[in-house]
Amino acid sequence: MTMLHIVNKSPFEKTALDSCLRYAQQDSAVLLIEDGVYAALRGTSLSEKMRRALETVKVYALEPDLKTRGMDQSRLLDGVELVDYGGFVDLTVAHDIVQSWL
Amino acid sequence: MTDETMLEEDGHSGGVVKKFLYVNRRAPYGSIYALESLEVVLIGAAFEQDVSLLFLDDGVFQLKKGQDTAMTDMKNFSPTYRALEMYDVEKLYADRESIEQRGLTEDDLIVPVEVLSRDEIKDLMAQQDVVLSF
Repeated sequence: MTMLHIVNKSPFEKTALDSCLRYAQQDSAVLLIEDGVYAALRGTSLSEKMRRALETVKVYALEPDLKTRGMDQSRLLDGVELVDYGGFVDLTVAHDIVQSWL
Repeated sequence: MTDETMLEEDGHSGGVVKKFLYVNRRAPYGSIYALESLEVVLIGAAFEQDVSLLFLDDGVFQLKKGQDTAMTDMKNFSPTYRALEMYDVEKLYADRESIEQRGLTEDDLIVPVEVLSRDEIKDLMAQQDVVLSF
């Protein structure tokens, strides 16, 4: 069964992303939305942890939430894929289970 | 007390002036804190108080340039930070460590701020009459 993990909390403030990455199986997908998109930034105190995560899971970030926060693809770690709202829906359809780490 | 003596003591005709520090620790948009803080800051300024703003932890994300809310249809309140000067809110501070840990530089910020070290922030907080945290 394939799983899509959704994280909407800032990784600098909450432990949701940490927990998610701890329990995410290899080849599952992590979608970063709302304040969760900050986890995708390069050059942060968390970038190294995210770089390691990107070796085992696929990471997506919701572009509308990224743009709202003044960021774009050029600020992101290599390997993070941007999706729009349609892409969000496609991800939920493409995976058997969706887990939101609130 | 007559108006004249109040003027001498406070330097303002309206009454006591206190030093207010607004501590902003939340990212914008994910919660209502950042927007509500701005509202309260403007109220403080309207009452001619001695207002300072400090951006700490995820609060530094509030100042990120280039916020574009067209796709989420949210209210982009970031231009308000540039307008604070018109309300005589000119003391803006940000924590150096918070900026660096988030991969930001001073060039990323929508308004000029005084970037402070942890020790300088301790002193800034100790100098206040009132500290409000958002």
